[in-house]
Amino acid sequence: MASFTSKPPKIEIKYTQIFINNDWHKATNGKTFPVINPSTGEEICQVEEGTKNDIDKAVEAARKAFHINSPWRTLEPSARGKIMRKFADLLRRDIEYLAQLETLNNGKPVTNSKMDIMGAAACIDYYAGWADKFTGETLPTTSDMFLYTRHEPIGICGQIIPWNYPILMLATKLGPALACGNVVILKPSEETPLTALYCAALIKEAGFPPGVVNIVPGDGPNCGNAIVLHEHINKISFTGSVEVGKKVQEGAAKSNLKRVTLELGGKSPLIICEDADVNFAVYVAHEAIFHNAAQNCIAASRTFVHSKIYDEFIAKSVALAKKRIVGDPFDPATQQGPQINKSQFKRILNYIESGKKAGAKLECGGEKANDKGYFIKPTVFSNVKDDMEIAREEIFGPVMSVFKFDSYDEVIERANATNFGLVAGVLTKDLTRALKFVQELQAGSVWVNTYAAMKAQAPFGGFKQSGQGREFGKYGLEPYYEVKTVAIKLLSKM
Amino acid sequence: EIKYTQLFINNEWHKATKGKTFPVINPSTGEEICQVEEGTREDVDKAVEAARKAFDIESPWRKLEPAARANLIRKFADLLRRDIDYLSKLETLNNGKPVGDSKGDILGSAACIDYYAGWVDKIAGETLPGAHDQFIYTRHEPIGVCGQIIPWNYPIMMMAWKFGPALACGNVIILKPAEQTPLTALYCAALLKEAGFPPGVVNVIPGDGPECGNAIASHEHIDKVAFTGSVEIGKKIQEAAAKSNLKRVTLELGGKSPLIICEDADIDYAVSVAHRAIFTNAAQNCTAGSRTFVHAKIYDQFIAKSIELAKNRVVGDPFDSNTEQGPQINESQFKKILDYVEAGKKDGAKLECGGERHGNKGYFIKPTIFSGVKDDMRIAREEIFGPIMSVLKFDSYDEVIKRANSTSFGLGAGVITKDLTRGLTFAQRLEAGSVWVNDYDAIINQAPFGGFKQSGHGRELGKYGLESYYEVKTVVVKLI
Repeated sequence: MASFTSKPPKIEIKYTQIFINNDWHKATNGKTFPVINPSTGEEICQVEEGTKNDIDKAVEAARKAFHINSPWRTLEPSARGKIMRKFADLLRRDIEYLAQLETLNNGKPVTNSKMDIMGAAACIDYYAGWADKFTGETLPTTSDMFLYTRHEPIGICGQIIPWNYPILMLATKLGPALACGNVVILKPSEETPLTALYCAALIKEAGFPPGVVNIVPGDGPNCGNAIVLHEHINKISFTGSVEVGKKVQEGAAKSNLKRVTLELGGKSPLIICEDADVNFAVYVAHEAIFHNAAQNCIAASRTFVHSKIYDEFIAKSVALAKKRIVGDPFDPATQQGPQINKSQFKRILNYIESGKKAGAKLECGGEKANDKGYFIKPTVFSNVKDDMEIAREEIFGPVMSVFKFDSYDEVIERANATNFGLVAGVLTKDLTRALKFVQELQAGSVWVNTYAAMKAQAPFGGFKQSGQGREFGKYGLEPYYEVKTVAIKLLSKM
Repeated sequence: EIKYTQLFINNEWHKATKGKTFPVINPSTGEEICQVEEGTREDVDKAVEAARKAFDIESPWRKLEPAARANLIRKFADLLRRDIDYLSKLETLNNGKPVGDSKGDILGSAACIDYYAGWVDKIAGETLPGAHDQFIYTRHEPIGVCGQIIPWNYPIMMMAWKFGPALACGNVIILKPAEQTPLTALYCAALLKEAGFPPGVVNVIPGDGPECGNAIASHEHIDKVAFTGSVEIGKKIQEAAAKSNLKRVTLELGGKSPLIICEDADIDYAVSVAHRAIFTNAAQNCTAGSRTFVHAKIYDQFIAKSIELAKNRVVGDPFDSNTEQGPQINESQFKKILDYVEAGKKDGAKLECGGERHGNKGYFIKPTIFSGVKDDMRIAREEIFGPIMSVLKFDSYDEVIKRANSTSFGLGAGVITKDLTRGLTFAQRLEAGSVWVNDYDAIINQAPFGGFKQSGHGRELGKYGLESYYEVKTVVVKLI
């Protein structure tokens, strides 16, 4: 196999400490943890390890920042929007550096990092616009009453984000929380804390008052768990696996009934109908699974192809997969970087073995792509059956599983026969067929003749065990405010 | 330096088709500033042609991603702020308001534009529950070519209030600034071009009412007209719209807004609120608090303190940073206001202070207070648009609400009281588009503004401000 070496440019790591109250802190327990470059498997640097005591410090700072008379609480709504927009501008200003840092830590190609940063800035901009526009209502009632609702910030919001889109996830969480006037304690993934900490410095530069946004790097069991169980955190938002998501919901219930929103995994179907243009379908299906080395909650990991175009689809998909350039993410020609770490790398290769054992046909790929780092070749399995492990479980690796179908009614049932329900895609030219799929697929987002059509204004989230609550759009605000109903009685005499 | 004096169509500068120009006057001196090209029907036709092209479904403007449209709109706001020093001087030169006020207007205008930029990617139709074999939804589509006619009292701000929602919804615009104050609108046209708006999206045609404004109101291919000005002209606009192509009409017209000061009000606070409620912008304000109702128990104190405040109000050169009040806009208004002073005296109101010209150049009038005003006097019923405070006494709250409401206007109303029930009951019962409690003229970009009764119809600002700038299309798809 062709071998390559990742050559990252010299990137200065400026921030490795815990960000609380617009200050940098060492860990209370005095420990640090290593951050790895997945392109080489080598350590980039050490980062302060936040644990329960650091979360307590952050909560105290956040509390003060949320006091009713604090600078943050007394800010004019449009001024709040302005500070958010300033943060978005700073993301764009520092895009060159940030993109390289993101690629160094996460392994995605630099062009993808740049796209993510532009998307993150656009998301922040979108929510900045909502700050002075989300409204309560005045309600009709008897003439001697004044009845209305207020949409108030919830308070301290714990946010735990994953490693697949570090900057984009940070923006997705901060946007609605800050637009509604909350204060935040964010724990970036222990795999990818570096860009979050740089963003913390930008948040301070943008002018957020101290304590409004706090960023505490650390692991799940000692740091994330402290957030989940904290008696004085009012809400938690978690993006990650179903397994941990369930623990988050349990922990919230056992402690103080903090409000919970979850964005979890998926095993999303892409259904390619007989009237689809095959070249277009092959291209869409390829991106739908392999983008971001398939480390994507919305990855189209079940590709259903109508029997009439099945053979052509397989042949062309294999050809495209073989051409996909896996390599050094700092090389502008690279399309696919490494998987995030050794553990994921091993897991994916195990799934590939499982697919072979279960009798699926390995069409291409199926092995590592380099000696160093965690690179895996784009892999295509054909003849996959619905009950195989690779058909049912979320792999989070570059494995395309292709299923054959004849009947549209049946394929909808098969597509829906899963506990997941994040997204689904359909390729067809027929109007009624498309709209019926839309009606019947059990997924939070359904995409017709496209895939991964994510927009800041379109709500996104899971049916069933893919999560609960929505991010993006106006709906994305809902988990971030509490509704207070006010009734004022007008005593009879003026 | 006056940079732009021509018509702005299709991102280009044009001379008037009829070859005429008109003078623009500096109200502080009465002298001419410059000549500006005079737009008439033929120029409006040219603008409509350019606007229609820019609105074609395949045009750059129609195809812009919403977030990109928002960025353009925000860029315009940034340019307003960038050029605030020059623009505020130009506004003061042409309108006469103190430079500090011009700056405040420009910042407010930029904030309004920013506010509407934020709405662009949030204007949502709905999907509606229907039979299982139906897909029903609404689209909020831009109306098309919007004619906008604005007054001279807040030239830049009125332009921003009109541009914001119209552009947010994806429309194209033909704006006619007041013939008294075209200069800052033309400068802003250059900024729109600099911001990157495609040609034809915004067109600015200076001209008068009868030849230019009327051409807009009666044009067969303008889809909507928004007018801010007097009730008299507003009615003509609505007629012309009806007689031509039933273009949609929104009107922001005059007012004779009451400010009611209750017995429990803090007198000093009440006096300061009442003072600015009438005298701000030399009282050239559609929401001017031009009927000040004061409870009998605090009446004498109120009068005495108001007179003192009025006498101390600094009237003078608007370029002097000490000046609080500049001139009235022109000779015609100047004369009209002095006529009202005479009318007040003749009808038996007591002239407490002011009531005459200030200085001997330009159109300055001294802050004037009449006490003992009765509801049926002309100064109590008609919109003066000049610095005359009319104070009326009352005893009973039920009665004062009736008196406050007995007008065909209904734009703004204010109440000053500490009592919870009283404040909220006034809010319920006053017939005005905006009711301010313990404040006056609290204009906020997210709060809708507009008139009850003959003060106009439709709302500007807030989410409501968008409603007059989109058409609702309902779509039903049958699943066969």
